[in-house]
Amino acid sequence: MNRHLISAADLSRDDALLILDTADELARMADRPIKKLPTLRGRTVVNLFFEDSTRTRISFEAAAKRLSADVINFSAKGSSVAKGESLKDTALTLEAMGADAVVIRHSASGAAHRLAGWVRGTVVNAGDGAHEHPTQALLDAFTIRRKFGRPVGEGLDGLRVTIVGDVLHSRVARSNVLLLTTLGAEVTLVAPPTLLPVAVGSWPCSVGYDFDAVVPKSDVVMMLRVQQERMKAAYFPSVREYSRRYGLDGTRMAQLPEQAIVMHPGPMNRGVEIAAEVADSPRSTIVEQVANGVSVRMAVLYLLLGGAEAQS
Amino acid sequence: MHALHPARDQDGAEGGGPARPGPADPKTVLEPAEIGRALTRIAHEILERTDGAADVLLLGIPTRGVPLARRLAERIEQVEGRPVPHGSLDITMYRDDLRLRPARALGRTEVPAEGIDGAIVVIVDDVLYSGRTVRAALDALNDLGRPRAVQLAVLIDRGHRELPVRPDYVGKNLPTSKQEVVRVLLAEVDGQDAVIIGRAAATEQRSGT
Repeated sequence: MNRHLISAADLSRDDALLILDTADELARMADRPIKKLPTLRGRTVVNLFFEDSTRTRISFEAAAKRLSADVINFSAKGSSVAKGESLKDTALTLEAMGADAVVIRHSASGAAHRLAGWVRGTVVNAGDGAHEHPTQALLDAFTIRRKFGRPVGEGLDGLRVTIVGDVLHSRVARSNVLLLTTLGAEVTLVAPPTLLPVAVGSWPCSVGYDFDAVVPKSDVVMMLRVQQERMKAAYFPSVREYSRRYGLDGTRMAQLPEQAIVMHPGPMNRGVEIAAEVADSPRSTIVEQVANGVSVRMAVLYLLLGGAEAQS
Repeated sequence: MHALHPARDQDGAEGGGPARPGPADPKTVLEPAEIGRALTRIAHEILERTDGAADVLLLGIPTRGVPLARRLAERIEQVEGRPVPHGSLDITMYRDDLRLRPARALGRTEVPAEGIDGAIVVIVDDVLYSGRTVRAALDALNDLGRPRAVQLAVLIDRGHRELPVRPDYVGKNLPTSKQEVVRVLLAEVDGQDAVIIGRAAATEQRSGT
C-alpha cells in the first residue's frame, strides 16, 4: 500500500481487500467491553478540516482514539486560516508539532495531493472538493460486502450498483466508481445530463438517464445528496421535478429486487433525493454505514500508520 | 512438567548448536503420531492441573494455535464427556514489533459468548521462543476481561526466552540455535502434521517469536 490515501484509484484490489478484511476483524471489537487497542500509542493524528463535516470528522476521531492515537482537531473556523494563513503554512505548523498523520477535508480538489508533497507524515484524504473521498467509498464497499454476506477475502464481483443523483459535485461518486469497479462490481451512474461531469465517458462505468429503467436491475442503489451549496447555476428546473425523476420514493423502491439495499452517504435531504419512508425502511443501510465508517477508518489508520514506514 | 520432559529427550541431540554440521535442508523432528501423543498428554495434564477442566477456556493464537486449541478441546471432551469451550486470540495489534515491519493483516479473535471473566484461560500456541507473543497475548486478554488464571500450552518450546515467560504444558522441548527455524505444520492449515527444523534463510521470517 502507498504511504498516503489520496484517491480510491491508488488502491489495488488486494489493497482494498486488505482494508476491508482488517475492518471486518476490527468491527468485531465493537461489542467488547474495552473498545480500545494500544496499536497507535504515541502517534499523533491531526484532523485538518477546512470544510464542515459531522460524521467524517467524528468517525476519524473515534477511529484514531480507539487505536490509542493522540488526536488534534483543527477546523478552519477560529484558526489562523481565518487570518489568511495558507494551506502550506498551516501544514508546516502541524508538521512541526509532530503529526504522524494528517486527515484533510478541503473544498479544493487536489488539496490532499498537494499536502502530501509538503509533509513527511501520512496524508489521508477525507474529501477534497468534488474530487475524491476514498474512505467513504471503502465504508460503502464494506457495507455492501457485509449486507450481501460475502465472506472475508471476497470482493463484490457481479453485484450491480446504481449511483443516482448529483454526480457532478460528488466526490463520493467518483471514489465509489473507482473502488467498486476495482472490487468487481458493475456500476451504473444515473443523473440528469447537467449533473454529470464532462469526462464521465472515461470512467469505468455505464451512464443512464432513466432511473426507472435501472431500478429493477440494481442490487444496490446509492443516492447522492443534491449539493445545493455548491450549485452556482440552475442544474434542473425545480426540486420537485428532480425529485420525481431522480428521487427514490416508496413506489420506486418497490421495483427493486428483493435483496437490494439502499445507501446514502449522508447528510440526507429528505424529500429531495430520498423519501423519508425509504430512508427509514429496513432496506436502508444509512445508519449502518456510519457505524462501519469507524471500523473502516481504523483499518486505514492501522494499515498506514501501524507498521514500519514503507520503503519507497 | 519439566521433570517429565528433561531439556533433551529422545531427539534432543538433534537440536544441535550453531556449529551443527550437515546440509541446510529441513529435518522432521516430530511425526504426526508424535504430535498426536503430545497433545493427548497435554490434554490429560490440563485435566489434572485444573481439577477436571471445569472452568477451562482454551484460546489459540492464530494461525496454528487455533487448530491446536481445538484439538486439545476435542481430547479433553473425549475424556470428560462434555464440551470444552475454545476460541482464538489474535495478538497482532498488541505486538511490540509492529513498528519494525509493514502493517500486517489481522487474525481473528473469537471468544465464547460467556466471555473470559472467572475462567481458567489456557493460551495455546505452536512454538514458544522469545516469549513476546505470550506477553502480547496477556495484554490482549486484559482488554477482554479478567480470567481467574492464565496458563500456557505450547507444542514446541525451543528456548531463547527474552521475557520472563514459562509454559505450563509443553509438547516437546526442542533445543535449538537462534540460526535455526522451527516450523509446525498442521493438517488444518498446511495439509499435513509435522514439526520441521531447518536453517534460516537470510530472508526467511523467524517462526514462533
